[in-house]
Amino acid sequence: MRDTPITESAIIGTAVGAASCGLRPVIELMFVDFIGVSMDQLYNQAAKMKYMFGGKAKIPMVLRTTCGAGIGAAAQHSQCLEAWFMHVPGLKVVMPSTPADAKGLLISAIRDDNPVVFLEHKILYALEGEVPAGEYTIPLGKADIKREGKDVTIVATAQAVHTALSAAEKLARDGISVEVLDPRTLSPLDEDAILESVRKTHRLVIVHEAVKFAGPGAEIAALVAEKAFDRLDAPILRIAAPFTPVPFSSALEKEYIPSEEKVIRAIKKVMES
Amino acid sequence: MDISKEKMIDMYTIMNRIRMFEIRVSELFAAGKIAGFVHLYAGEEAVATGVCANLRVSDYITSTHRGHGHLIAKGGDVKFMMAELFGKKTGYCKGKGGSMHIADVDLGILGANGIVGAGPPLATGAALACQYLEKDNVAVCFFGDGASNQGTTHEAMNLATCWKLPVVFIAENNLYGISSCTTNSMCVPNIADRAGAYDMPGITVDGNDVMAVCEAASEAIKRAKQGQGPSLIECKTYRHRGHFEGDACVYRRKEELEAWKEKDPIPRFEKKLLDLGVLTPEKVQEIKISIKKEVEEAELFAEQSPYPDADELTLDLYTS
Repeated sequence: MRDTPITESAIIGTAVGAASCGLRPVIELMFVDFIGVSMDQLYNQAAKMKYMFGGKAKIPMVLRTTCGAGIGAAAQHSQCLEAWFMHVPGLKVVMPSTPADAKGLLISAIRDDNPVVFLEHKILYALEGEVPAGEYTIPLGKADIKREGKDVTIVATAQAVHTALSAAEKLARDGISVEVLDPRTLSPLDEDAILESVRKTHRLVIVHEAVKFAGPGAEIAALVAEKAFDRLDAPILRIAAPFTPVPFSSALEKEYIPSEEKVIRAIKKVMES
Repeated sequence: MDISKEKMIDMYTIMNRIRMFEIRVSELFAAGKIAGFVHLYAGEEAVATGVCANLRVSDYITSTHRGHGHLIAKGGDVKFMMAELFGKKTGYCKGKGGSMHIADVDLGILGANGIVGAGPPLATGAALACQYLEKDNVAVCFFGDGASNQGTTHEAMNLATCWKLPVVFIAENNLYGISSCTTNSMCVPNIADRAGAYDMPGITVDGNDVMAVCEAASEAIKRAKQGQGPSLIECKTYRHRGHFEGDACVYRRKEELEAWKEKDPIPRFEKKLLDLGVLTPEKVQEIKISIKKEVEEAELFAEQSPYPDADELTLDLYTS
C-alpha cells in the first residue's frame, strides 16, 4: 500500500505502466468525479493497449472509486458516471449493491487480467449485510436476482437496487410481484439474465442514479427492445436522474435521486398495460 | 565513458537503419501505400540510438507519436514495423496499431503513443514494477518538448522522484510541438531547467551527438539502477520532416532547416568514426548497402503479407 500525491493521472498511469510490466495494482480514486483529470490514462491507455498492440499487452488492474449522491456533496463529488466507462471497449465495469457482492466482485476484479473500474456507491458504505468468510468470489458479468417476481422486472444498480427492493416490498401488498435484477457488472453485461427475466415478466423498469439521457438504462432498454420486443406487454420505463448536475441543497438532491415513490408509480404504470 | 568500437559501429548502423526506414516510409506514404498519420524521426536518430545503446531487452521504454526510431533502437525488426505501417496481419500489432501505436512488449517497448504526454506516467509505472519486483531494470521515457508542458509529465516526474523510481526521462526537444515553437510554449530556455523542481539531475545535451547522448544516458541509467531515482536528460535536436507527413511546415524557415541539416547526426558521427579509424569508407558503404537491402526486404515483406481477416476486428480486446 502506498500513499500517492493527489495526482490522478500519475496514479492511474503508473498503475497502467506497472500492470503492463507484471504487477497487479489496485488503485483508489477518491471520487469518480475526479476521473476527468485522468481519463486519458484509463480510456486511451489502459483500455486500448492490449488491442492496439495486437493482443500482446496485459493490463490487470483495478480502479476502485466512490460514486453517487445523497450526502450533499454537490456536483463534483456525487456523480454516477458508469455509462462513460461502459462506452469504452477494453474496460470492465463493476457496480456492487451489497457487502457480499462487493467482496466477491472485488476479489474477482483483482484476479481479472483486464482493467476493471469498480464503482462503490458511497451511501452503501453504511449498509450492513452478511459477508461470506474466507475466499469468496463472484464471476464478473454475472447478474443476480435480488428478489424474485413474476409481473415486472426491475433492473437496478447500486443504491437503486435497495430503492427497487423496498418498492417491490410495498407493491407486493398490492398484489404486484416484482423481480429485482442487479446486473452487478455493467460491462460485460449479463444480457441473458436480463432477457430471461423480461421474457418471464413481460415488463421492464430500469432504475439507476446515473443521468437518464444516454445512461446505462438506455443500453439495457435497447437490448430488450432488440431481443425481446415481442415479449413485452408494456413500454420500457426508466427511472433515473434528470439531465442536470447533482444539486447541493438536500431539497433538490432528494428530487434528483430516483425515489421509491417514482419507482412505484412507474411499476403501476407498466402494470396498466 | 568508454564506448567500444563495436558499440560505435552498432550505433552508426542503427542510426542509418532509422534514417533509411523513415525516408522510405515518407516515400511510401506519399505514394499512398501507408495510410493515416506518420510522424518521422529523421534528424533525431542520435537520441534514440544513444539512449538505447545502454539498454537491455528487459529494460522498458515508452515512446511517442514519433516512435519508429525508438522501436528500431530498442531492437525492433523493420520487417514487422513496415508490415504494421501497411496495416498487415504480420505487423507488430497485427495491423491494429499502425504507426502511432506500434509496440512490442516482448522487447520492452510499451508502445508509441498518440497522446502527447501519455508516456511519462506509463514509464513511471514500468519503473515501479522494476522496483517492486526488485529487478535490475530501468524504464526510459522518451517525450517531446510538447509533452514537457503537459500536466502528466509533471505528475509523473514528481511521483517518480518521491518514490525514487528507476526511470530516466529523455526530453527530445526538436523545437516544435506540432507547429508551435518552444519560444512560445516554454518560459525557460531548457526543459532540463525544470529538473530542479523535482530535485533530480537535469542536463541538456547536444541531441545530434550520439556519443554525448549515450554518455549522459549511461550515467542516468546507472544512477537509476543504484536506487538513486530518476534523471532528466534534454536532447536538443531537430526533425528533418514536418510534424507529420504532409505538413507544409509554414511555421519554420528553410534556413533554419538547412542550418540543422548541417548538424545532421549521421554524417557527423560517420566523419568521427572515419577520423577515429573505427570505420573505413568501404565499411560505410557496406553498412549502407546492407541496410538498404534490409529496408527493401521489409517493404517486400509488408507488400506480400496478408491483411488481417475481418473476424479479427473484435479479437485481442480482453484477456480471458
